[in-house]
Amino acid sequence: MTTSASTNTGTSTDATADTRAGTVTDASADTGAEAATAPAASVAVTAEDAARGRRRRRRRGLSPGKPWPASRLVGPLLLIVLWAAASAAGRLDTGAIPAPWTVLETGANLWTDGTLTTDVLTSLERAAYGFAIGLTAGVTLALASGLTRTGEALIDGTVQLNRAIPTLGLIPLFILWLGIGETFKIAIIAIVVYIPIYLNTHAALSGIDHRFVELAEVQGLSKVQFIRQVVIPGALPGFFVGLRLGVTGSWLGLVVLEQINATSGLGYMMFQAQNYGQSDVILVGLLIYGVFGLLSDTAVRLIERRVLSWRRTLSS
Amino acid sequence: MAPHTEQLIRSSAVQLRGLTRSFEDRTVLDGIDLDIPAGQFVALLGHSGSGKSTLLRAVAHLDHEVVGSGQLTAPERVSVVFQDSRLLPWRRVLDNVLLGLDGKEAEHKGREALAEVGLKGRERAWPNELSGGEAQRAALARSLVREPELLLADEPFGALDALTRIKMHTLLRELWERHRPSVLLVTHDVDEAIVLADRVLVLDHGRIGLDLTIDRPHPRSYRDPLLGEYRERLLAALGVTEDHK
Repeated sequence: MTTSASTNTGTSTDATADTRAGTVTDASADTGAEAATAPAASVAVTAEDAARGRRRRRRRGLSPGKPWPASRLVGPLLLIVLWAAASAAGRLDTGAIPAPWTVLETGANLWTDGTLTTDVLTSLERAAYGFAIGLTAGVTLALASGLTRTGEALIDGTVQLNRAIPTLGLIPLFILWLGIGETFKIAIIAIVVYIPIYLNTHAALSGIDHRFVELAEVQGLSKVQFIRQVVIPGALPGFFVGLRLGVTGSWLGLVVLEQINATSGLGYMMFQAQNYGQSDVILVGLLIYGVFGLLSDTAVRLIERRVLSWRRTLSS
Repeated sequence: MAPHTEQLIRSSAVQLRGLTRSFEDRTVLDGIDLDIPAGQFVALLGHSGSGKSTLLRAVAHLDHEVVGSGQLTAPERVSVVFQDSRLLPWRRVLDNVLLGLDGKEAEHKGREALAEVGLKGRERAWPNELSGGEAQRAALARSLVREPELLLADEPFGALDALTRIKMHTLLRELWERHRPSVLLVTHDVDEAIVLADRVLVLDHGRIGLDLTIDRPHPRSYRDPLLGEYRERLLAALGVTEDHK
């Protein structure tokens, strides 16, 4: 009889709520109800006050407090200040860690004599091609696998298998297949990029809320309308998670490829600098990698914020 | 009264003959026969697990994976209101109302429906900017815009607070008076059923245990003593005795 018991409590609470609503118009009942509830309420208030007095000291909020303006810059800036101070005081071995101004100077010199421009453009081109191919492949495969059963049977297991193999471990094989030129580099970057994009987009596509499927049926949506208006917009948040991982992945792949198997590009420049003991050139390279990583991540975030403006997250 | 003569003239909106539905080895609906005349406001009561949602889903053709038999006739234009508002969070309120429709005329109707449920001016809002009551109003507008012959509502006010629920009752009744669809309202709230519906069914062990016509004028008050009698009969049919009285 558990079911009838629960219904009973349910209806009785409903009944009290209704009585309270009813008393607004019914004056005589109203005063009666007030007289009955007033003493109980005052007792509750005093008890609560006493408890609050005792607890006040421990109720210091658990949240970290108001965010500082531009708080993310504080740590890096402090690091640079320390670096500059230590260099100025002559406490650093300039052969290992050159002063910040030396790095900037080297960067400017490399830029003006044109070597840096060529290297940066080569690297950007590789990253861009690899990323574009990876993005296209990731999205296409995720759509095919997330929207059709045939696609899922053919694609999903294969990609999961591919994912289990560390992509950088494929480098020797790809060099044998594609030679040591640009093709194999772009292929490796594309693989590093497509995997996170595929995984996250596919998970989002296949995890579409069943309640929305029902709604689409009730509203009489066609298959195409359902995919365009419900499935794809619903999967976009997952896609963006994959996209950000993919962007980071493209830089990671680039660094590794250019440091091991390259004759041009930023990584090659740094590799050469290592041979000649030019730590300032290495730092210039790292700085540029860092700036590219930061810029591309910011760009993806901005796009995400525009496209997913319907989301009210804690950060906004 | 006018609605009654109208009901006599128009044919049945919903017709069930021996409707049976089972999950695994459990029979949830056991040969249900039911006629709902066009334009009638019917409430369906029952314990949780009594099969009332199963019945509603069957009428809405949402039960593809359920084993069953029997005959079912339902109108072509059917709208469903769920317990949650089920608005797509990535579409603005007006676009949610227009889901599955396009064209200028539909947009005009959508705006009208939103105005009718008291959401004029919120067309461009995102669903997560709405309160629970507002979201459910938008869901009502979405079901209205298709001019349904049959409106199915599965505990549509179950997740709302008591005050909002009372306002929504008034709104739903007003909308019904204006558009006159047949309504099948699934609820576990006996008072909600009595205040809103002209006919209340109690579902018990997969069969209709009680079919009660409530012949009281609208708008009804919860304090109406005559409704109290209906209430007691319904509670008795649900197996609930009011010991505290």
